[in-house]
This record gives sequence, C-alpha cells and structure tokens, in this order.
Amino acid sequence: MLTSLWLLIAIPFVSGGLLLLLGRRADRWGHWLGVLAPAVSFVLGLIAFVQLGGRSDKAVEQNLWSFIAVGDLKIDFGLLFDPLSGVFVLLITGVGSLIHLYAVGYMAHDERRRTFFGYFNIFVAAMLLLVLGNNYVMLYLGWEGVGLASYLLISFWFNRPSAATAGKKAFIMNRVGDAGFALAIFLLFKELGTVKYTGDGGVFESVGQLSQGTVLMVGILLLLGACGKSGQFPLQAWLPDAMEGPTPVSALIHAATMVTAGVYLIARSNPIFSANPTLQVIVVSVGAITLLIGCIIGAAKDDIKRVLAWSTVSQIGYMFLGVGLGGGAYALAIIHLLAHGFFKANMFLGAGSVMHGMQDQVDIRRFGGLSKHMKITWLTFMMGWLAIIGIPPLSGYFTKEPIIAAAFERGDWTSWLFGGAALLGAGLTAFYMTRLFVLTFHGPKRWTEGQHPHESPAIMWIPLVLLAIGSVVAGFLMKTSVVTWLNPVFEGVETAHHESVIPHSLINILGIAFTVIGAGLAWMLFQRGTALMPEPAGPVVTAARNNLYTDAFNEVVFEKPGRWLTRALVYVDNKGVDGLVNGLAALVGGGSGRLRRLQTGFVRSYALSMLAGGVLVLGALLAVRLG
Amino acid sequence: MPELKLPDIDYAALLPMLILFGAACVGVLIEGFVPRSVRNMVQLVLSLAAMVAALVFVIRRAGEVTAENAATIGGAIMIDNMGLFMEGALLVLGLVSLLLFGERTLERGGAFVPHAAVTVGSERDREQAVDSGATEVYPLALFSLGGMLMFVTANDLLTMFVALEVFSLPLYLMCALARRKRLLSQESALKYFLLGAYASAFFLFGVAMIYGFAKGVDFRAIHEAVRGSETSPTLLLIGLALVAIGLLFKIAAAPFHVWTPDVYQGAPTPVTAFMAACTKAAAFGALLRVLYVGFDGAKWHFTPVLGAVAVLTMLVGAVLAVTQTDLKRLLAYSSVANAGYLMVGLLGGNKDGLSSTLFYLVAYGFTVIAAFALVSLVRDADGEATHLSRWAGLGRRSPLFAGIFTFLLLAFAGIPLTSGFMAKFGVFGAAIAGDQTWLVIFGVLTSIVLAFPYLRVVVMMWLSEPGETTPSVSIPGVLTSAVLGIGTVATLLLGVLPGPLLELADQASSFIR
Amino acid sequence: MDEYLDSYAPVALLALVGVLIVGGGFLANRLLRPRQPNAAAGKRDTYECGLDPVPGGWAQMHIRYYLYAYLYVLFAVEAVFLFPWALVYLKAGLAVIVEMAIFIGVLALGLLYAWRKRALTWQ
Repeated sequence: MLTSLWLLIAIPFVSGGLLLLLGRRADRWGHWLGVLAPAVSFVLGLIAFVQLGGRSDKAVEQNLWSFIAVGDLKIDFGLLFDPLSGVFVLLITGVGSLIHLYAVGYMAHDERRRTFFGYFNIFVAAMLLLVLGNNYVMLYLGWEGVGLASYLLISFWFNRPSAATAGKKAFIMNRVGDAGFALAIFLLFKELGTVKYTGDGGVFESVGQLSQGTVLMVGILLLLGACGKSGQFPLQAWLPDAMEGPTPVSALIHAATMVTAGVYLIARSNPIFSANPTLQVIVVSVGAITLLIGCIIGAAKDDIKRVLAWSTVSQIGYMFLGVGLGGGAYALAIIHLLAHGFFKANMFLGAGSVMHGMQDQVDIRRFGGLSKHMKITWLTFMMGWLAIIGIPPLSGYFTKEPIIAAAFERGDWTSWLFGGAALLGAGLTAFYMTRLFVLTFHGPKRWTEGQHPHESPAIMWIPLVLLAIGSVVAGFLMKTSVVTWLNPVFEGVETAHHESVIPHSLINILGIAFTVIGAGLAWMLFQRGTALMPEPAGPVVTAARNNLYTDAFNEVVFEKPGRWLTRALVYVDNKGVDGLVNGLAALVGGGSGRLRRLQTGFVRSYALSMLAGGVLVLGALLAVRLG
Repeated sequence: MPELKLPDIDYAALLPMLILFGAACVGVLIEGFVPRSVRNMVQLVLSLAAMVAALVFVIRRAGEVTAENAATIGGAIMIDNMGLFMEGALLVLGLVSLLLFGERTLERGGAFVPHAAVTVGSERDREQAVDSGATEVYPLALFSLGGMLMFVTANDLLTMFVALEVFSLPLYLMCALARRKRLLSQESALKYFLLGAYASAFFLFGVAMIYGFAKGVDFRAIHEAVRGSETSPTLLLIGLALVAIGLLFKIAAAPFHVWTPDVYQGAPTPVTAFMAACTKAAAFGALLRVLYVGFDGAKWHFTPVLGAVAVLTMLVGAVLAVTQTDLKRLLAYSSVANAGYLMVGLLGGNKDGLSSTLFYLVAYGFTVIAAFALVSLVRDADGEATHLSRWAGLGRRSPLFAGIFTFLLLAFAGIPLTSGFMAKFGVFGAAIAGDQTWLVIFGVLTSIVLAFPYLRVVVMMWLSEPGETTPSVSIPGVLTSAVLGIGTVATLLLGVLPGPLLELADQASSFIR
Repeated sequence: MDEYLDSYAPVALLALVGVLIVGGGFLANRLLRPRQPNAAAGKRDTYECGLDPVPGGWAQMHIRYYLYAYLYVLFAVEAVFLFPWALVYLKAGLAVIVEMAIFIGVLALGLLYAWRKRALTWQ
C-alpha cells in the first residue's frame, strides 16, 4: 500500500467527481458511493499505517510527476507518508467515514443530497492531499481545496441569505490567512530555492541558513495562514458563522479536520518554529488568547452549534498552545487534536441528532429534559462532554492535562501566564460545556409548542456510538506507542527542558479541581433551567454575547478602511486610469482620422510620399554615418 | 578572343523554379488550345501538380545542401538552407492560396473576369457576366511564384532585380482581374504597377550605386567591399538605402506602404491572399539575404534607420487600422503593421532573429490566407460584402464562420494558443536578445492599439444584432473549405505545438556567402 | 569618393554654363524688349498662319495599335540578344543553341497565345 499512496487521494476525488458530473443519474445510489469512498480510503490508510510501523525509517516519499518546472522552480507532485500524516489520514478518513454515514440519514430529505456528497468527497480528497503532500505547494493546493469545499458546504443551503453570507465570510477571512501562507511559500522559495520539506536540501534541512529575522517573518506568515484556517485569534470570527452549513459539515470540516489544518501546518513546520524562540512565544500567545476568548464567548451563547463552534475555537487554542510550546508538546498537541476530533465530532453529531428530533431547533433555552427521550444521543453526548472537560479516565483528561503541565514548564514568569491561562481555560470549558449539557438534556422542559422529540434512526446513532467509544478511549493513545511514533517527525526539535514552576502532581490536582468547580457551578446554576429569552446582564456577559466585540473591531479596523480604500481606488480607476486609457484611445483615433487623409487615393501623392520617405531614409543613413 | 567558359548549371537545384516556369508555359499553351469548358480544371490541376512537384524537389534537396553545391549558374543563384526553407514556405503558402483561385461555387465563373479589357458596364460586359472567368491567372500565378523562388535565392543584385520584375509583373495583371467592382480592381492594378515600377527604379539605381562602390553586384563581393574597402562608404550607403527602398516597398513598410490598402482592397480576394502571404514572404526572404549576407558589415549604419522605419511601419499600420471601415483595408493595414513586427525580428540580428522571422512569415501566411478566404465567403448580390457594418451580427447567422474569423483575428492580435502569439513572442525575444529593446517597446504598444480594430470586428460579429442588410455567408466549396481548414488548423497547431516548425526554421537560419 | 565625384565636375560645369546661357538670354530679352505687348487677334493661336487646328491637341489612338507595337517591340528587343549570341556564344556549341531555342520558344509561345486569342486579326 505504501507504494500507491495516491490511491488514498484519488478514490474520494474520483468519487466526488463522478457524483458531481453524473448529475441526476446518480441520485439514487450516489450517497452510498459517497460513503464508500472515504471508507475504502480509511482501510487503505490503515494498511499503510500498519506497514509504516514495520519500517525502520518511518517515512515514505513518492514523487508522482513533475507538477511545475519553470526555471529554478521545480515542484514535484510528491507525497509523504510519515507518522504525522498517517495519524491525520486515519483521523480524516476514519471520522470522515462515520460522518458520511451519519449524513446519509441526516440529509435524507434534502433533494441535493448527491451534490452534498460530491462536495464532501472532494473535501476529503483535498484534506488528504493537504496532509500527504511532501512540499509546501502540495500543502497549499490541498489548503485551497479544502477552503473551496468549506465554502461550498457552508453555503450549501445557499437560498438562505445567512448561509450564503457565512460562506462568503469564511472564504474572505480565509483569504487573509491564505495570502500570508502564500507569501511564506514565496519567501521560502526566494531564500532557499525550494519548497520541499526534506531531502535534497529541503526547507527543514536548510532552515539553519536563514537569518533569525527571515525565520521570524516566514513563521509569522505561516502562522497567519494557520490562524485563518483554524479560526484562531485574530481571524476567528468566521468559524462560528460557518455553523450555517449542514451539521455533518460542521462536525467534519469545522470541528474534526479542516480547522485543525493550521495545527498540522505548524506541527509540520516545526523546524521553522523551533528555530526562533520569539516565534514560539507568539504562537503560544495566540493559542492562550484564543482558548480564553473561545471559552468566554462559548459560555454566553445560546445556539447549541455556536457553543460547540466556540468550543472548537477554544480547543484549537489549546493545540496552538501545545505546538507553540515546542519540544515534546508537539506530540501532545497532535494527540489532543485526535481526541478532539472524536469527541467534538461526536457532540456535533449529537447536536445534529437533537436538532433532528426537535424540528431543527437550535436554542438551548428551548431544550431541557431530553435525556428521557433520546437515550442514545444523551449517553453518547455525555461521553463527549466528560471527555472535553477532562474527567479521568476519558480522553480529554489524558490529552489536555499534559498540555497544561507543559505550559508550566517554560521556566520563567511566562510559565505562570500561559499555565494559568490553560488552567483557567480548563475551568471555563467545564463551565460552558456543563451548561450546554444540562440545559439540553436535563432540567425542566422548555420546548416550544408541538415538539415530539424522538431518537434518530440507526444510521445516525451508530456513528454516534462509535464516536463516543472513540471519545472514551482516544486518551489511551497517550499510553501507546503513537507518541513515540510521532517523535521521528519532531526529532531534532530542541527540547529545552525546564523544571516545572509547580510540581506536576499539583498541576494534576489543580486541573481536576478547576474542572469540578466549573462543572459544579454550571450544574447548580442551570439544573433548574434558564430564562426563555436573554436577559439584561453585566458588561462581561454582554460583551461575550457580542463575541467580545471582535466582529465590531474587525468592522471598524479592517472593513471601513477597506471600503474607503476600495472607493478611492474605484475613483482613481474611473477618473485616472480610465481617463488615461480613454484619452489615449481618443488620441489614437484622432491621429488615425488625420493620418487617413494622407491616403488620398492619388498615385501622384503616393509617389510623392514614397519619394519623401526615400529622401528621409537616405538622409538618415548618411546622417548615421556622419554622426 | 579568350576561351569562352559557360557557367555550370545545377539543374537539380534549380528544378523547383524550372518546374514552375515550365508549367506556366504549358499553361499558356493550354490557354490557346484547350476548350474553355475544361480549361479551369486542367489549369488548376496542372498548377497544383507543378507546385507539389516543386515542393517534392525542394524537400529532397533539403539534406543535400553543402557549402560547395549551394551556388549555381556562376553564383547567380544560391540554394542554401535559408533559400530552401523560403522556397518550401513559398510553395506551401502558394499552394494553399492557389486553391482559392480555383473556387467556382461561390460565384458563377469564379472570382476572375473573363475578359478584363471589356469596358465596364458596356453591353458586352453584361454578356460576359455569366462566362467562365479568366484562367490566365494560373500561369500568371506560376510565373509569379517562380519569380519569388528566384527572388529569395538570388545571389546577386541583378538576378534579384530580374526576379523582382518576374514576380511583380504577373501580380500587377492579376490585380486587375476582379469580376466584381472592376473599376476599383483596375485602378488598384494601375496604382500598383506605377508605384511598383517607381520602386523598381529605386532598386535599380541602388544597384548601380553599389556597383560603383563594390565593383561587383554579388553578395560576396559586396560583403568584402563593405568590410575591407578603402573607399568612402557614401556610395555604399546611398546604394543600400535605394535597394532597401525597393524591397521595403514590396514588404509594405511605411512610408512605402501607400499602395497596400488600395491594392488589397481592389484586387480579387484570392489574389490579395496570395500577395499578403507570398509576396511578403518573398520580399522578406530577399531583404534578409541582402542585409545578412551582403551588408552585415554595415549593420551599425542601417539598424537605427531601418529600426525607425519599422517603428513607423508599426505605428502607421496600427493607428490607421483603427479607423478603417472596410475589412480588406483593415487587413491591409494589419499586414503593414505585421511587416513592422517582422522587421523587428529581422533587426534583432543573429540566428534568433533569422529563425523567428522565418517562423513569423509562415505562421502569418497561413492565418492571412484563411482570413481572406473567409472574407470571400461573406457575400451579397454585389459580391463580397466587405464593409464592416455589414458584418454586424454575423455570429448569430453563422456561428461557425464567425467563430473561425474570431480565432483568426485573435491570432493576428497575438493571443496565446495561436500561432500569432508564438510568432510575435519569437521576434520580440530575438530583438531583445539583439539589444533592440526599443523596437520591442513600440511593438508591444502598437500591438495593444492593433488589438482594438480586431476586437471591434469580433464585438460587431457577436454582440450586434444582425440587421436587414447583414449578408449571408455562402457555403464554401471544397477548395475554400480546404483553405479555411488548413489555415485555421495551422494557426492553432503552430500556436500549440510550434516545436517542429521552430526547429526547422532554426536549422534553416544559416546563409552561405 | 571625392575622386569619383571629381570626374563629374565637367558635367556640373557644363550644366552651370547651360543655365547661365539660357538664363542670360531670358534676362537680356526682358531688358531689351519693348514694353507694349501686341494683343492683335489670332496672336494666341498655335500657328499665326495656315488652317486653324481642329478639334484639339489630344487625339485617341486605337488601343489595337499598342498591341501590334508591343508584339513588334518584343521581337525587336529579342534581336538585340541574338547578335552577341551569334558572334560570341555560338562557339560553345549545342548547349547554347538549345538555350537560345528555349528563349525564342518562350517568346514564340507568347506570339502563339496572341494568335490564338485573335489578337493578330484586325477586328
């Protein structure tokens, strides 16, 4: 299998292409093809992963064909399968297959289900290309591919203005990040003459030649790209709006896989990020800020999917924190990413199941007491809830706690800052997730008229159960060889190991304590339900309800000047450029009209003009000689 | 009396020319003795067969050129790689345009008038309206083409002058033979003849001057005189200027282009196509030989002056094309501008300049023949409807032909994926390599200007509503269809896969002195 | 170059002299003539005696004369080539005879064409 890695990408790509090209002819069976493709890729990926385990070099590279060859720029369409991409392949195809299966039920009544699966398959193919490429251009290709699929799927119900707007918002904010990423690639090529990861003097081998300033620049640009794709501060605003897409989309793209591409980018580029301490501080800061923003806003939202979305923002903040810390924390961040993929996908699908039973109601104020009516959803959601807030022995505990501990190991005052933020985040996470869980499944019923909640069909709850199991056991990956496996990818990463500022056991206890306090507080506050409408609240809650005014900030700082700039440019274009062009055109036209009169039609004047030309040519030749 | 020594004649090398001249003579006999009803068919087949045979001998000769066997008839003719390439190119382009001569389905009796001498509008003229057209055009075309072959391989200025007259005189005649709008046609022929004679006089005078300077008219003698002569070069420069004027007239460079629009418009469209493709190619072949072989030592003198001529040519062609309202005149000005672009490549110097010019000539030839073939299709009761306004909305009426014409115009404009792009790219590249960037700047600027008239036609065809007067597009006969197909496919192929021809032109780009 | 042009000096001188003589004549005429021009009737006629010219100086020649003239000139010019051929080149033998035969043959072809096109009959 390791010799034909391209199959992993080709299968969903061809399937997606078929679904889109065949049109209505594929309506009856298209969704099953759509489910089959990622499932086959998953099986192949699993085989490849096992085979990789049996090899000593832990990395397989394949150059399929020369993709671009212009002058010094030579880019192969090359694939790289190593533990890092292997883990991602399994996550994408594994969780992806389950979500595809779920979508068969969820989208059953949508007449464009085949198109949906076409986009979904294309997404999987692009995401696989993103993680399997062996150079930055391949990564960028996949990066743009998932961006496109994300746009198409967010605005899948494009006749809803909010969905169309959300799609555009996601696309445009991603462009900001993508521009940064593209500049980073240009810069790498300019400085190093290559965009390949490793081998033949690849980027990672020659990053040491770069000056610190260049490394910082490349790193910041890459980080900008990562922030755009992963919804990190300051480009986080699109992610919650992206929940306008169908719930399986939110689960697969905007929770489990695509939004973690930024984490993948930084983890993959670890030699660059490890080469400059300032860069690491920036990444850690972005992670810390984002995880707190996500928690705070998540605690104030009432839309079940938006709470989960802000939770995603926050959890990816943890991952950024991890990859920013460097050293052993890279692997921790990746494991947390995997675990998050399971429990967040689980909860999103759970939310979808709740909406399915509640006539697409999304307001958690209007739920309550659903545990009796949707037992499977309730139980599986509970697994996700316990996992994300970090209750031992579920996965979140094993994956989040080491990151918090690592944050305390920086060895100077920043340990307190980042460690504290991570701990506080853990408490807040417990608070808002408990709020979500309690308001949805427990307490008094606050349904609107005519609701008859019911359990979803088997095709929807089977994936839920499987994902719930994943949420429970993913933490044990920490105890397996996967961590040591990932090490070849991160080897050579400098592990400046400092003593933790507070003992490890104390962190452990503190973490659980924060979690229990947060969860308990929420349980006490919300077990009796909540008001049906938002009530006036203090400045903090109001700010949180308004996304901490980040949208307003964007509007004032970026959008308004942008509009002014656009207007100014339009003005310049209309008056200046068009004026110039039109003026030139008038000049040419007028000149033509005048010159035309020289073409009189009389042979005598023709002959005269030839004579004049002859005299000029003669004179000029003689003048050239004399001059 | 000294021993008389006759020059050796390498008949194998001259065979292509001899075949053409011989076939033309046979054509004259056919005029005299073959019944009128089958004459067109016989003449067409004979002409095509002669051209194919000539082409075969050109190709067979291709591998055998050496420095020893290239010159023949006492050094009057030089069949070197470059000459052979030009012969082949002329024959291919001539072959394609000759197909247009034979087209008889568009109009009863073809595009040519039966008896040109009959007074226009007289009783006899109305009687001959239904008669089969003059078939003298075939031998005339063969004579002309044979002259062109001789022109591009002439190795001294006198032979070149003879060849110039041999290929020009039949052209003057053919211009006067249009069936429709015959006064315009006759006027154009007379203008062409008078101005052509005028230009020939310049040429001949220049030859005399150069003889005075170099004591010889063959290019080797001129080359050596230019390099090593002690005499003051004033005579040389005067001679060069006058010879160049004679040639610049034929390639339609400004300000010696004045005949072009009138003649292109007045001449029968098949003849216009023949002139646009072949005359231009032949004249450039000769100009290349004169400048590269004879006068390369005077490069520093002539490059700035001819550069100025090139710039003027591009400007005049592009700017005047903007206000043209007749399609044939528009194509004439486009042909003037293209002469400018070709000069840019020529002045680029060295091997690149040479090979890119050769490529341009062939690529442009195919495109322009196809364009005129299409012009001949759009007709109304008075013959071809060449006024621009008549083409409005043609895209609705006949999308296929409008599409082909659009493609050809885009090729003229030099849009990628057409041969026009590759050709322009080549000559501009060669000029930059030869440190003539200023020419390229003007080239690019005028290309922008020139895109306007082309695109205006495209816009008219596609975006205007067809009016009451929009003529129909005739269904082309086999011959015109073949010309259209060959021209369009060649334009596409040379734009997408220019490799083989570029390689051929590259191999051909060497002269033997 | 200069030497070359020097040889034209007598020509230039001659031209100058010519201009001077003619110009001097006109100048002398202007100085000497009476200043009362004779405006008698018939003064402006082409000839001051004999018949009045009718109708004008322009006359149309029949185009057919040109045809005969061209055909004549063709062979008259050809004869110019025949003299050196007969005197000098004929020594080279058969090849030269064939070449001249071809040359005359081509011209004869033209005559044949003219005959077949009935250009030789006066109609």
